[in-house]
Amino acid sequence: MDRKSGRFLLIGIPYLWLGLLFLVPFFIVLKISLSDIAVAIPPYTPTFDLGAGWSGFIQFLSGLDFENYIWLIEDDLYINSYLSSLKIAFFSTLFALLVGYPIAYAMAKAPSEWRPTLLMLIILPFWTSFLIRVYAWIGILKPEGFLNQFLMMLGIIDEPLQIINTDTAVYIGIVYSYLPFMVLPLYSALEKLDGALLEAAEDLGCTAIQAFWKVTFPLSMPGIVAGCFLVFIPAIGEFVIPDLLGGSDTIMIGKTLWADFFSNRDWPLASAVAVVLLLLLIVPIVLFQRQQERAQEAEK
Amino acid sequence: MNSRFTWFNATSLTLGFVFLYLPILLLVIFSFNESRLVTVWAGFSTKWYVELFQDEAFLDAALVTLRVALLSATVATILGTLAAVVMIRAGRFRGRTLFSGMIYAPLVMPEVITGLSLLLLFVAIGIDRGFWTITIAHITFSMCYAAVVVSSRMVTFDTSLEEAATDLGCTPFQSFIKVTLPIMAPAIVSAWLLAFTLSLDDLVIASFTSGPGATTLPMKIYSQVRLGVTPQINALSTILISVVTLGVLTASFLTRRAETKRKADELLAGS
Repeated sequence: MDRKSGRFLLIGIPYLWLGLLFLVPFFIVLKISLSDIAVAIPPYTPTFDLGAGWSGFIQFLSGLDFENYIWLIEDDLYINSYLSSLKIAFFSTLFALLVGYPIAYAMAKAPSEWRPTLLMLIILPFWTSFLIRVYAWIGILKPEGFLNQFLMMLGIIDEPLQIINTDTAVYIGIVYSYLPFMVLPLYSALEKLDGALLEAAEDLGCTAIQAFWKVTFPLSMPGIVAGCFLVFIPAIGEFVIPDLLGGSDTIMIGKTLWADFFSNRDWPLASAVAVVLLLLLIVPIVLFQRQQERAQEAEK
Repeated sequence: MNSRFTWFNATSLTLGFVFLYLPILLLVIFSFNESRLVTVWAGFSTKWYVELFQDEAFLDAALVTLRVALLSATVATILGTLAAVVMIRAGRFRGRTLFSGMIYAPLVMPEVITGLSLLLLFVAIGIDRGFWTITIAHITFSMCYAAVVVSSRMVTFDTSLEEAATDLGCTPFQSFIKVTLPIMAPAIVSAWLLAFTLSLDDLVIASFTSGPGATTLPMKIYSQVRLGVTPQINALSTILISVVTLGVLTASFLTRRAETKRKADELLAGS
């Protein structure tokens, strides 16, 4: 095997795998989203038969309608799902930043011999099943759960608070589940920060708080951006958290898609929902990829 | 960064870790509860564990999950390592942007989209859904995580070591096997572990791509949880958490030991 064909194989194998199993499926989703629901297995009408050649293609074009997409606009449920997902993802990201920043900041300031352990402690929950961690919150948040027991014991409340099956529970669940994704990039940005810069700022008359806002915060920006992407993008399409912690009036697009697919068995409509969701995410995903590549270039 | 570690820092760390660990701790404690209620303590008991190990359906699901995870993690690590080599070493080639896009996009792609698109592919080409489709789906998304883990170690790799091996008569392939792989081993082990746990945890993608007869543990847990909180789920969760924690701690211990040994070797070589 000469060098050139070795190189070709090396690039070719992972390329082919991802192309066939990541890229091609999106085109199939697009295709199915243009077909109609049918009582059959699989439950959609064939739109476009490659075997029929040119005439099949003409037939496909003439029969083409955007019925499923028109439905997405006409039915309030879908627009509300997209908007409410964006809202929930946005505020969860903000809360995760507010909770995660002090933790990452403290980790970066901790004595260097503690840091590997602290880092381990942040990463460990991330390895533990997502589903189990969400499940753990049901026992805490439900009316007779630990939180209500605790608050009533302290005499802060007389009646249990209804937290489970509300949007609040969804926010708690997302912040909790995605916190490591926020803390890790923040920590790696803050850890690199040169302490001499802060000393210089203080020597030049900044108070510690001013030095934080003028030096630390701007320099941690790459970490903030990476952390926010890592929370915001997956949170939009989240299914497990709104399904288990949210109520019937918590609508998120992941839940809507799941219901269309599994309960209503409307595969074409579920595909159209996925296509629109993907279009919504393309801008943040491309920005995220650029940012990752820049970060990797900087490492070199 | 280094300056005074203040009371504010100590408080944020403490509260942060309480927030992260208290829910898991409560879950574990109440798996040993005598009562069927999972929020009121009624005495110590291991009966939920006994009950769990007598439940055929759970054991079957555990077996399916374990087989999927072992196989998919292994293939994903091989493909991910190849992809990492391509990203770091192959230089410029046609379609490079698309390639790195396909590596990074699955990391943030909502699982419902990945699951739906893979299912429609499997239906389109007419494969029976079950064990194999779940495994292929898991390989596809976890190889991207593996690629990122391995490539982040590979960027700091000193290529002069490989050059030295080639100068001493190794072919590029031999020097990769004899020099590069052993140095990359800790990263490859972490990549495998990550792929393994990702597969172990996945609910959404498995639900889309599985068929009758192949139920994974998360799918089983999910259908039970929808019916309500039960101590049996707590017991199962505790087992899963212990297995994963033990694995991760062992791996991190091994990595640290390898790192210390490497540093010691470098010092010896330098003196």
